[in-house]
This record gives sequence, structure tokens and C-alpha cells, in this order.
Amino acid sequence: MSDAVKFIQGNVVCAEAAVYAGVRMFAGYPITPSTEIAEHMSVRLPRVGGKFLQMEDEISSLCAVIGASLTGHKTMTATSGPGFSLMQEALGYAVMTEIPCVIVNVMRGGPSTGLPTHVGQGDVMQARYGAHGDHAIIAVTASNHADIFRMTVEAFNFAETYRTPVILLLDEVIGHLREKIRIPEPGEIPLVGRLRTAVAHGVDYHPYLPREDGRLPMSDFGDVHRYNVTGLYHDMWGFPTEKPEVVYGLIRHLVDKIDHNSEKMTRFRKYHTKDAETLFISYGAAARSALHLVENRRKRGERIGLLELNTLWPFPADIVRETSRNVNFVLVVEMNMGQITREVKLAVENPRKVYLANRVDGELITPTDIQNIVRLIQGRGV
Amino acid sequence: MPARDYIRERFFPHMWCPGCGHGIVLNALLRAVEALGLDKKNIVMVSGIGCSARISGYVDFHSMHTLHGRALAFATGIKISKPSLNVIVPMGDGDAMAIGGNHFIHAARRNIEMTAIVMNNRIYGMTGGQSSPLSGYGTMGTTAPYGNIDHGFNTVDLASSAGATFVARTTTYHARELADFIQQAISHQGFSVLEVLSQCPTQFGRRNKAGDAPEMLESYRTGTARIDSKKKRENPDLIERGIFVQKELPEYCREYERIISKARGE
Repeated sequence: MSDAVKFIQGNVVCAEAAVYAGVRMFAGYPITPSTEIAEHMSVRLPRVGGKFLQMEDEISSLCAVIGASLTGHKTMTATSGPGFSLMQEALGYAVMTEIPCVIVNVMRGGPSTGLPTHVGQGDVMQARYGAHGDHAIIAVTASNHADIFRMTVEAFNFAETYRTPVILLLDEVIGHLREKIRIPEPGEIPLVGRLRTAVAHGVDYHPYLPREDGRLPMSDFGDVHRYNVTGLYHDMWGFPTEKPEVVYGLIRHLVDKIDHNSEKMTRFRKYHTKDAETLFISYGAAARSALHLVENRRKRGERIGLLELNTLWPFPADIVRETSRNVNFVLVVEMNMGQITREVKLAVENPRKVYLANRVDGELITPTDIQNIVRLIQGRGV
Repeated sequence: MPARDYIRERFFPHMWCPGCGHGIVLNALLRAVEALGLDKKNIVMVSGIGCSARISGYVDFHSMHTLHGRALAFATGIKISKPSLNVIVPMGDGDAMAIGGNHFIHAARRNIEMTAIVMNNRIYGMTGGQSSPLSGYGTMGTTAPYGNIDHGFNTVDLASSAGATFVARTTTYHARELADFIQQAISHQGFSVLEVLSQCPTQFGRRNKAGDAPEMLESYRTGTARIDSKKKRENPDLIERGIFVQKELPEYCREYERIISKARGE
């Protein structure tokens, strides 16, 4: 086996991918089932001249990550449900101040302390709406090690491109699963670096004046341009304002820069969807079971396919609609009470043909669980 | 350098009430920065929420107006990522001691080099005069209409026990001492805490019959004494001013450089 092929945990893959993407600062707080990411970062980051901080809680972890990003570094934190709840305040701050960073949430069973060592996918809507106030958000996910690597790098790329926090939603099964991965060579996956201003010293730099393409070049704290950053509604200088036209312009910018570019962020995989009569839509660990079932039933000649979503937010409604147009029914496979099912129903032409196969008892949903639901829908009984 | 070179005129007039002590803190801060000859691009001011927090917008440094109580956490991320920066964190008493209390003690414990200035006016001013953790027993506030039964923190004792390696206290009456302490706090290699008693005639003074701004300033003169002074010995109840802690301990960012060398097997 070459050095690039490893047999490691999903959490470690995520940490390695972050280093590959150029992360140079991580701040976090121990929480199951994400802790291995912090542990691995504490080993890896100082070796590449980066910094690892163990903070006093998840609140300060994300705050430190946001502060560090302003000095020009790619930064990240990792947590699970209860910690993610504590991070919502700072997440909203990063949205408002347009500071790039990546937040990994390795989901476990909730609500509350819930099931610390068991799987769940109940934070999908929290990722979307957890921070108060209207905003757009980017959240991505993965179901296997190659995709954890790819989507972690993509998360950093999206964060830099759109100057926004990006959420990587993993889950306990994926995070703790060990499987083979070939670590990509440097340059194999394109990296997006920080877009810095070309405005010269002595010339006015407007930190919050978007270019025509909607992007805002940054200036590092410590560099020549001194400007103000605030979570209040602010003008192009970064100064607080209550002027209705400026307030409206900013919230439209925050929402539009993501919603108008949603196609560029849409990542998915299709398995046997072309002639499918039955379509599964799934993500994360649940997608592994869905894929297993699809491959098995295909061998028996059943026209069954899977649309695996890697981008959850902004929700890829167009892809979902197109892929489900000619199927008899859509079965969303997820480990919650139907958070993505609801979005799928809103996206498809006939929401009555959308069903949910779930498991919310802390156990991974199995191919048999899914098959039983398929039989019920088909009126064949279990 | 004239004062206008250190401020953002675009941001003025400031939003503090007439008689507020926070302008004196801003004045002293600018004097300290000038005396130290610091380059503006090497200074970062990180503040939380409240009247005190607005100070970061008025200065022509890199400035970050963050979340209530979290300024030290943001500042920690900035400092560890770029240790060459001078990081100054102005905070209010509610900001630092209530919602930000945990961040405060842990920043002190880490001994990360930054300057925390606790502008203590004993009240939540911006929200309209509610009691703070530094209001003190028996004081009146809009959330303590029958008198406060909460006991206050002693900021100096708390900072010292938590591990801050520079701890001082003064008042807005002692403006020169204030500038001198800020200068020493910024120069200190480690986590420094400076508590500044700063009058709030609008919200605290009015409700506690403490008088107007001149009267409140006068009470800082009569009600405080330098550490180990004759005045303090004769009046043990007076609030002490001075430098309580000034010691050398390994600083966090320098310690992390050691970690990097170790990790790289150097």
C-alpha cells in the first residue's frame, strides 16, 4: 500500500482534508462523536505551523475561529449537537460579518444530550435555521471517506468563495467508520484561496462593498487597511447603520449571494436513476444502506435508483425535481423525523408520491428497514 | 500625533451620554498608544456589546465589535493566529463579568498576551439601567426596584485568582494614572486586566442618588486610595487603586511556538 492509501476513521479523514485545504487554525471543545477531529488537529496543525486551541466551550471555539479567520487564515471547528446549539450565536455573527470558516457537526441522536455515542441526522434543519434572523447558509455532507475528503475541501472552497461560514454535516457512523481511502495528491482537488483586496495603501478600502460579481475582497487584520467589523447592520465601511435602504441592501446581499449561486454549490451522486421507477433520496450514513439496497435490487432487475445529496443547503430542488419526474414514488431515507423529506415534497411535482424511510432510535437504518418500507408502499406487506 | 489621527471622525459624534466616563477611558487609551509609539496597523481592538463596546468603532485601529461577552474569545483567535498584533479588549462590567465571565477567567488562565480593560460603571447602561454583577448589594436598578440582593464580584481578586499576570485598578477621575496603567498593561507580556471605575450618571447615578458626573468623579477621588497608602491605612473601607499583580509567567503564544518546534521534531 502506498503512503497515500490509509485505513482510518472518517473524523480523521475530515481533519486530513482540512489540512489539505490549507486550514491553519482550529479551535474546539471535546464532544462525542466529533472529538477525534480535535485530537487529530492537535497533532497535525503544529507540524504545518498551524495553531490548535482547546477552548473553554463551543461558544468561544467558534468565536476564536472567526477572529483567526480575520487575520487571513483558513479556520475550522468541529462539534456535535449540543455544541452546535451553543455555536448558533457566533454562526449568525459569521454570516452577518461575512467571515469564512468551516463548522463540522458530527451528528448524534438528539434532542438535548440525547444519544452521545449513537447516530442521528436530526440537525439538518438546525444547520439551516438555527441562527436567529433571516439568512442563507451552505451545508454539505458525505457518506464515504472519499467524499468526506472531497466535501471537506469543498466546504473550505465555498467558505472562501462566498465569504460565509459553511457547515459540514457528518454523522456518528461516518465519523467513526474506518475504511480505505486514498489521500489525493496536492493539486488533485482545486483549492480556493482567500480573495484579498488589490486596493493600495492610502486608498480607501471598503470592506463591505461587493464587487459586480457579488464577492468582497478581504484585507487581513494586521495589514495596511484598518476597518471595522460588526454584527450590527453596517454600511460599506463596516460602520453600524439603521438606514432602511442600507439594511435592506445588506440582507438581500447576504441571501442572494448564496441563493443565486445555488447551482454552483450543488453536489450530488446519481446511482441507476436514468430508468428508475423507484427513487431513493438520501445522504450521510443512511445513503450507504440505500445504496446497498439499490445495488442488490438492481441485480434482480428492479428499476430502482438513488440520488445521494452532498449539498443539503441551499437545497438542490431542481436536481430533486428533475430526477424524480418519471418515478412511481420517491423514498427519502434519513435518520430523523423527515427533515429533508419536507424539502423534497416542496420540490417535486407531486408531493403525494414522496415517502419517508427513517430510523430515530440511535441505530443505523439498514437495507432491510428500507426494503420493508418499500414493500408497504407497494402494498406487498412486510 | 494629534488625537484625530487615532480616531475615525466619520464615526463621530459618539453615542455616549453627557457625563459618561467612557470618553475619559478613550482619551487615556489614545494617550497610552501614542506614548508607546505603536503603529496603528499593529493594534486590534476587539469589543463585545454595550456602551463600552462602542469604543472599538471610534479608534482608527483594526476593530471588531462582536457578541455580548465573547470579545476575549474572538481576541484569542486573532492573537494566536497573528501574535505580532497588540490586542486590546475593552469590556463593560456585564460584558466581562456576567455573560463573558467564563471567557474572562479562561483567558486569564491561559496568560495570552492581551489587554482587557473592564470599564466598570456598575450597570447595564445601554439597555436602560439593569443591575450588573458589579452593581453591589443594596444598589437600585430597573431590575432591582427594591434594592439589589446580589453580591458583586471583586474584579481584581477574580482576575488575580484566575491567573492574570498583570492586574490593576483605577478610576476615570485619575486620568493620568489611567493612561499610565493602560500603557503598562499593553506593554505587559501576558494577560493584563485593568479595571476602570467609570461613572454612569444617566443610569446608575440617577437611580442611586450618586449625583451628576462631577459628583460621581469626586466620589472616585474621596472613595479610593492607592495600595498601601496612608489614606488607605486610615480608611480601610476605601477602594484600592494601583497595580495588584505584575509577574512574569510563560505567555501562551510563545508557548505555542515551543509546541510547533516540538511537533516538528526540532
